[in-house]
Amino acid sequence: MTLLDVQNLWVRFPTRQGLFEAVRGVSFTLGKERLGIVGESGSGKSMTGRAILRLIRPPGIVEADHITLEGRNLLDLPETAMRDIRGEKISMVMQDPKFSLNPVMRIGDQIMEAYLVHNRVSKSEAWTRSVEMLQAVSIRDPERVMRAFPHEMSGGMGQRIMIAMMLIPNPQILIADEPTSALDVTVQRQVLDIMDRLVRERGMGLIFISHDLNLVADFCDRVLIMYAGRIVETCDAGKLHEARHPYTQGLLNSLPRFDQPRKHLDVLKRDAAWADAPGQKGPA
Amino acid sequence: MSMIAISDLNVWYGQGRDLVNAVRNVALAVQPGESFGLVGESGSGKSTILRAITGLAPNWSGRIEIAGQALAPGRRDREFYRRVQMVFQDPYASLHPRHTVDQVLGETLYLAGLKGVDERITQLLDDVGLSRKFRFRYPHQLSGGQRQRVAIARALAGEPDILLLDEPTSALDVSVQAEILNLLTDLRDEHDLTYLMVSHDLPVISHMCDRLAVMKDGEVLETLSVDALRAMQAEHLYSISLLKASVV
Amino acid sequence: MSDTTLRQWLLSDAPTSRRQARLASLYKGWLNFRSNTMAMFGLGILVFLVLIAFCAPLVAPHDPYAQDLANRLQPIGTEGHLLGTDSLGRDILSRLIYGSRITLYIVTLVALIAPVAGLLVGTVSGYLGGWADIVLMRITDIFLAFPRLVLALAFVAALGAGIENAVLAISLTAWPPYARIARAETLTIRSSDYISAVRLQGAGPLRIITKHIWPLCISSLIVRVTLDMAGIILAAAGLGFLGLGAQPPSPEWGAMISGGRRFILDHWWVATVPGLAIFTVSLAFNLLGDGLRDVLDPKGNSQ
Repeated sequence: MTLLDVQNLWVRFPTRQGLFEAVRGVSFTLGKERLGIVGESGSGKSMTGRAILRLIRPPGIVEADHITLEGRNLLDLPETAMRDIRGEKISMVMQDPKFSLNPVMRIGDQIMEAYLVHNRVSKSEAWTRSVEMLQAVSIRDPERVMRAFPHEMSGGMGQRIMIAMMLIPNPQILIADEPTSALDVTVQRQVLDIMDRLVRERGMGLIFISHDLNLVADFCDRVLIMYAGRIVETCDAGKLHEARHPYTQGLLNSLPRFDQPRKHLDVLKRDAAWADAPGQKGPA
Repeated sequence: MSMIAISDLNVWYGQGRDLVNAVRNVALAVQPGESFGLVGESGSGKSTILRAITGLAPNWSGRIEIAGQALAPGRRDREFYRRVQMVFQDPYASLHPRHTVDQVLGETLYLAGLKGVDERITQLLDDVGLSRKFRFRYPHQLSGGQRQRVAIARALAGEPDILLLDEPTSALDVSVQAEILNLLTDLRDEHDLTYLMVSHDLPVISHMCDRLAVMKDGEVLETLSVDALRAMQAEHLYSISLLKASVV
Repeated sequence: MSDTTLRQWLLSDAPTSRRQARLASLYKGWLNFRSNTMAMFGLGILVFLVLIAFCAPLVAPHDPYAQDLANRLQPIGTEGHLLGTDSLGRDILSRLIYGSRITLYIVTLVALIAPVAGLLVGTVSGYLGGWADIVLMRITDIFLAFPRLVLALAFVAALGAGIENAVLAISLTAWPPYARIARAETLTIRSSDYISAVRLQGAGPLRIITKHIWPLCISSLIVRVTLDMAGIILAAAGLGFLGLGAQPPSPEWGAMISGGRRFILDHWWVATVPGLAIFTVSLAFNLLGDGLRDVLDPKGNSQ
């Protein structure tokens, strides 16, 4: 079943040197699966995630044939309707919890607010639901955490709280933009496991945006590889190491391998043709 | 004689109730020409050791020796800074936003008291694989990898013996990381450098280093060779968990 | 070199000399500034003012000091006196034109003294920290605690009336905010990696402050100075109005308002015209300051 259908998405920013095209004709569909979007900085992977939620501010321009969620084209919706979509239907977890949580609000109040915006229930019920949600992201002693402020939390805790906050309105799609890049490796694993479990249990679709190929290969079902604003290759995550596109291969080979010591790492030789290879023409 | 010898090193920040012991009773020895890694998670004190050596973290006790000479507390002299240089983690933050590459390298050479600035700048750019057309650019006109090359050129300008590398590639894309790591490998051979490299990335450390120390909460848990690490011969539980998390 | 190639040379991403790099960054700033219409409007007024002041003897129709009691208090539009005459029959337009020299003189002197003093105190205090910081900042606090005009009045009373003393008095009251700004900027710059890096080259505090911290503080100070300029002109006019600044018969704008206030009900233009001049120049500085903030603020143009 298709949850989200993105067709020919373009994101442009006007600059003095002319129009800068951050995303150039990206199309994909998302089902109840874990879809990874990988690429290097500037490949347009984060812009794709933000464009779906219409979070790109002017002067940035977002155009697409359609971005369809439940038969509705998100690009046609007024801003008020979009506000209901954000959180209730599609949620987003950002890279650093330090910047996503309000530093002067108690964590409990922030999670409850996320719940109350989309559900007409009493405060006490919102409190119980929030505590349950914190338990679901494996936070010990959730009652104490509810009363704490964000600065009292470690990075891993903060990111789990963010996930709790984003999942409490029970969205159908979660967009996670580098959710673990700011975390230590041992904590990364825990957070990913929690996210994985919740997404499975709730039958959600996950868009996992990351620069870390191995992480995505390990964690997702399907991977889109982006280069210069385009999808250059789509493949099953398990078969990422058999990827055909020279860019994907180059990225994989440029990583230092634990089991294969060598003096020099392979260096990616960029080919100008990759930027225009497969893909559609821009909207007329 | 060790190039860097550290014993009983304690480093702390703040005072009174806010006192934080960032590094506790650390001992290390790095041989000349060796590349030594410090691995640990954030807050483990690995970068603090580098800052104590360079004098950027002024509160420390214990003994730090560079090529047999013990360092005194307080400011280091220029002679020291010609021998020991550092490359910072974030190339976007380590270059002055209003200085061109030419100004950055020119000032470094001037401070090191070296003559023939013009030729040396072109030589440095060649060394780090930057085209000469980058010489008069400002940092915002450079990519992350190019900036890190400039930072490396700056560190090399005084012809040091020791490079302290503080997560030199963690802010960069993997393809750029490969280029920078290759550059560092080549530079070590060409200039007979000794590296002390800090990273949270075990594969990067094992690629670059001969030996490494695993750190947690300001202490060195164990020191082992990279070969032993590859053979999964880590002893400490924490090192093993770190190892497992890094090998996907 | 034709126009297009000069433009390309300036906008080149790969400058080939120190001079080109510097000119190119100036030119890009100028392009940025030029796209701000209001700021260009402000700049236009100020350029006009400077030209007028420079060519005052050529532009002014009359001698600003020449009295003609038979023709006193002529209204606006009188033949030969476009903006009328004051209580001694002096041509207001000519006085306004010569007065612009005094205004510019005051503005330039204050703009040279106050921010430089503030920059010195603020960066030294911020970079060195410790005792130097405590002592310098408490002195700043003391100056900040005085009401501006009252302190200026006290200085002028002690030193004697006159433009130079007015400038000195205004500068003495104007520097503390600059010191505060410079210190706050220094505190953030001080802990950055590029300062650590230059410390690791063996650079001393003097070099770090003058070559690395100043260039970054100066832009925000310039913005602040232009925005404050209106206040400085008004303070100078206020001192002139109180008779403590420029002395008669000098055509200083504040003093002109002061001279006109006795007739304000029957002959409104005598006080209003210099008032409008002060208003226009102050506004021009404010517009310029807003535009400069967009161009110079390193935090503002991240994208």
